[in-house]
Amino acid sequence: MAEEKRIRRVLIGKPGLDGHDRGAKVIARALRDSGFEVIYTGIRRTPEQIAAAAVQEDVDAVGLSLLSGAHMELFPEVVEHLKQRGAGDIPVIGGGIIPEEDVRALKEKGIRKVFTPGTSIQEIADAFRELEPEGA
Amino acid sequence: MDIEAVISGIGERNSRAIARAISLVEEGNPGAERVLSSLDPPSVEKAMVAGITGAPGAGKSTLTDKLISHCRGLGKRVGVIGVDPSSPLTGGAIHGDRVRMMQHALDEEVVIRSMATRGRLGGLCASAGAAARIMAASGCDPVIIETVGVGQSEMDIIRIADVTALVSAPGLGDDIQALKAGLLEVADLMVVNKADKPGADMLSMELKEAVGDREGRVLETVASKGEGIAELFRAITDVFGKNVNSGERDRRRCEARRAEVVDWSLEMLRPHLQRMAQGEEVLSGDPRNRARAIVQSLLPPEDR
Ligand SMILES: Nc1nc2c(ncn2[C@@H]2O[C@H](COP(=O)(O)OP(=O)(O)O)[C@@H](O)[C@H]2O)c(=O)[nH]1
Ligand SMILES: [Mg+2]
Repeated sequence: MAEEKRIRRVLIGKPGLDGHDRGAKVIARALRDSGFEVIYTGIRRTPEQIAAAAVQEDVDAVGLSLLSGAHMELFPEVVEHLKQRGAGDIPVIGGGIIPEEDVRALKEKGIRKVFTPGTSIQEIADAFRELEPEGA
Repeated sequence: MDIEAVISGIGERNSRAIARAISLVEEGNPGAERVLSSLDPPSVEKAMVAGITGAPGAGKSTLTDKLISHCRGLGKRVGVIGVDPSSPLTGGAIHGDRVRMMQHALDEEVVIRSMATRGRLGGLCASAGAAARIMAASGCDPVIIETVGVGQSEMDIIRIADVTALVSAPGLGDDIQALKAGLLEVADLMVVNKADKPGADMLSMELKEAVGDREGRVLETVASKGEGIAELFRAITDVFGKNVNSGERDRRRCEARRAEVVDWSLEMLRPHLQRMAQGEEVLSGDPRNRARAIVQSLLPPEDR
């Protein structure tokens, strides 16, 4: 009677110092409306806090939202901290104002998908749904 | 992570193992049964499960955050389960309780888990009860369960928890009449949070009048400033201690476990019933009578 395994629980985190969480909240609500259970952690979280919460919540995926700047450090740090906690298989998706040349670099550092402004909510929900755990 | 690692990881207080164990239960994975039968009985027996319920915005998460800090100061390992309703339409849910508890995110002795009701029979009862026992087996004592006090879930929480606190606050518009409908009688403690706001004294007075406050069942807190938290925790442990001594805790747990058994049984029967209903000529004969025939066929002869 096990349910079919699907991406169902996701954590939306906002690392870094910018204090706007409208975007993250819009995504959280849209994901809920697409049938996900969304754990929202609030603004100004450290990558380590986000990774620890993702492990305790046993999420199927982590979504990171960041408006300004520091994505090149902060996104890979979340991936690193997940690995350190034995949860490197949890896929990480990132979104924000991210220049094209950074997208490739982030993917090389283990960010599974990267969204830039203008991506529709529908595309983002689909991206989460289509994720497969690492090595599956 | 395989089942063996999950089982040994719970006793070792491994965050990932505890989290995986709860997911196995939530997903209805057959491995859940081995995990649940491996839990250390004395730890489960000893741990206090405290329910915090009340209207959205009353300050339940802020209170829980401060209760965690207080318990950590006492050297206790704490489990927290935040329950939110699943949307009946999409199955989705938003869990925001962690926002108020992030100061504990890196504390390995604080285990926080969000759960959605997932439209189960018996609401949150079956899965949250199991999650609380998994946390208890990993050494958490107390385990705090936060639920939004709407609909059925607040009655479920009262069933699962050893002690329940009903949180209200001035300015929310939930009047005494609404609170009175059922909950006041069954909640062990009434917390008037936001005691820094106008109207709190009035609310306390009305509550005391409604419950006849001889034993100090009504308490005031200012969760955002950490005021009244030590008193609240003491009141919770006092109720628990009294109920342990009088046998009331075991009586409640017995009743809760019995209800949980029924919920799980129905949940496990559901796919079989669905299959049996399919084999029927659905349009001939009244559905209720068909149900009777299916159930009869499942019962031992003496119960038919
Ligand atoms: N004035 C005041 N505000 C509070 C108090 N406790 C919580 N709040 C605020 O009430 C709001 C809702 O709190 P939250 O803990 O999320 O409520 P919940 O929905 O019941 O979990 C937040 O903005 C809190 O900062 C309090 O004692 N006094
Ligand atoms: Mg809350």
